[in-house]
Amino acid sequence: MPLNIDEKKIKLWSTIGPRASFGMSALDLIKIFPKLMILTCDVSTSAGLDRFRKLHTNNYLDLGIAEQNLIGVAAGMASEGYNVVTTTFAPFQVIRCCEQIKVNAGYMKQKISMVGIASGLVLGNLGFTHCCIEDIGIMRSIPNINIISPADSLETIKAFEAVLKSERSSYIRITGAQNNPIVYDQDYKFEIGKALKLVEGEEVVIFSNGSLVSEAINASKELKKEKINVSVINMHTVKPIDRETIIREAKNSKLFISIEEHNIIGGLGSAIADVLSELDHHPKLIKLGISDTYSKGGSYDFLKKKHGLDKETIVNTVKKNLNE
Amino acid sequence: MSDKKKSLNFSNKIRKNILKMGFFAGSKSAHLGGALSISDIISYLFSNMTFTSKEGDEENRDRFILSKGHSCLAYYSALFEIGFLNDNDLKSFEQDDSDLLGHPVANKKIGIDFSTGSLGMGLSLGVGVAISLKKKKINKKVFVILGDGECNEGSVWEAAMAASKFNLENLVVIVDKNNFQQTGTTLDIMPNEKLEAKWKSFGWNTQSIDGHDYDQIENYFTKIDLNSKAPNALIANTIKGKGVSFIENDNNWHHAVLTKKNYEDALMELEKDAS
Repeated sequence: MPLNIDEKKIKLWSTIGPRASFGMSALDLIKIFPKLMILTCDVSTSAGLDRFRKLHTNNYLDLGIAEQNLIGVAAGMASEGYNVVTTTFAPFQVIRCCEQIKVNAGYMKQKISMVGIASGLVLGNLGFTHCCIEDIGIMRSIPNINIISPADSLETIKAFEAVLKSERSSYIRITGAQNNPIVYDQDYKFEIGKALKLVEGEEVVIFSNGSLVSEAINASKELKKEKINVSVINMHTVKPIDRETIIREAKNSKLFISIEEHNIIGGLGSAIADVLSELDHHPKLIKLGISDTYSKGGSYDFLKKKHGLDKETIVNTVKKNLNE
Repeated sequence: MSDKKKSLNFSNKIRKNILKMGFFAGSKSAHLGGALSISDIISYLFSNMTFTSKEGDEENRDRFILSKGHSCLAYYSALFEIGFLNDNDLKSFEQDDSDLLGHPVANKKIGIDFSTGSLGMGLSLGVGVAISLKKKKINKKVFVILGDGECNEGSVWEAAMAASKFNLENLVVIVDKNNFQQTGTTLDIMPNEKLEAKWKSFGWNTQSIDGHDYDQIENYFTKIDLNSKAPNALIANTIKGKGVSFIENDNNWHHAVLTKKNYEDALMELEKDAS
């Protein structure tokens, strides 16, 4: 039974944002995956799971504010055949319980699907205890775990469905806010590890994921006005990284730009650089991200601008490097 | 042979196997003290649990988690005695590419459900398994062995809270209270007194026994109340290194090299006990 996706739903999901869309889609996904168990740490409202919690009391457990135990309990249930999802705010979902993830999901290969809500800078007003710019770097160094950073609300749901089907553990990193820009206005084929080209261009390729895919698309439109045709690729999966796409694009390009709502160290840009470094000849790669720093806090838009995670920075970076 | 005699024989064999594997490990060292302290409890459990089939996929069985994974020598020895491991397996302990490392590695074919050894993680697994068994209406128990030093880890108490919240009367924790941890006494490193009161205050049924006394061990395990709606914690007062006089209560044997002379002396002592 496939998920029912239509234009009206896509608009609704965009309005409520990726977090709430995740929680709402669980109501449909449990019909497809009866062994689904959702385990949270006192965040049912934040993750849009209030209705799920009330309607599916047998498939929902609140472990309280105790993330290390969250992962262990999830692994114990996974070993007994449950399709377990854990969720809490990204820093607590990934960093607080990092070693539990390493041992249970990485080393022992108990299958857990972890969903880090409000990752990146969206909670900037609350300060950097609650922002999360390190999660992808940390998770990339643990074997046996998929890492997915969906581009919009629909892709969050597509990723959710895909990780429930996957044999491996996964981490879904949710970025973006309510009134989330729509990248996909209709249903499409989502596959873990297969990048999707959204704009076809020449010589320059912009790789992005998460909330910044829409900024990359906007930048490509801006550049088109000046007769610069850039490609935009949605690298929703950071691990396993789509090597084929990177190698293919490297053959025909002069310039790669990566942009991500993450520390410049360890994220998408680093993953692309790892592949490029194995090639005899490859284009220059400019990595845009947060430059290994904790800034003062502020609103989401303020912080994205401050750290150069916007259309203007992409446009300027392309122009500057093409002119060199 | 009475159950008691059988269990005592089993303990004695476990201890001999521990020393044998410790001796095979040579200069790589082995965790001897904490394996010997838990041998009598392991002996009872592996004589009485409904344990896994060799295929490891049998649902209707008790579950066992050695959270203090460094005491794996007692676990491997018990698995050997019930036919899951052979003599060559024992000899492979800590060798290159071995399935039997210094901490258990999940391997259902040899009766090991979980990889443990990073302390403070096993009870959370036990909580997840115990919840699952109740959901699946499998009327079996989950046994988790913790060290007293291990109880320093905050995650143990996160799991303890959860077990109580979910009324896991099918969950049984055994705390191997041998009063030592890696580099000293628990009193010196991190005082952990009134353990029974601590577990009780987290909502657990608790009891303390002499963890080497067969009658007390049997009495405890046969009287676990499966209608109590509360998880069960047994504080087993034990002696680190129990069974070998020169190892008992000497923390230098926490992780140590057993020489040929040590090994022969220890075996001689255990032979005497067996007769």
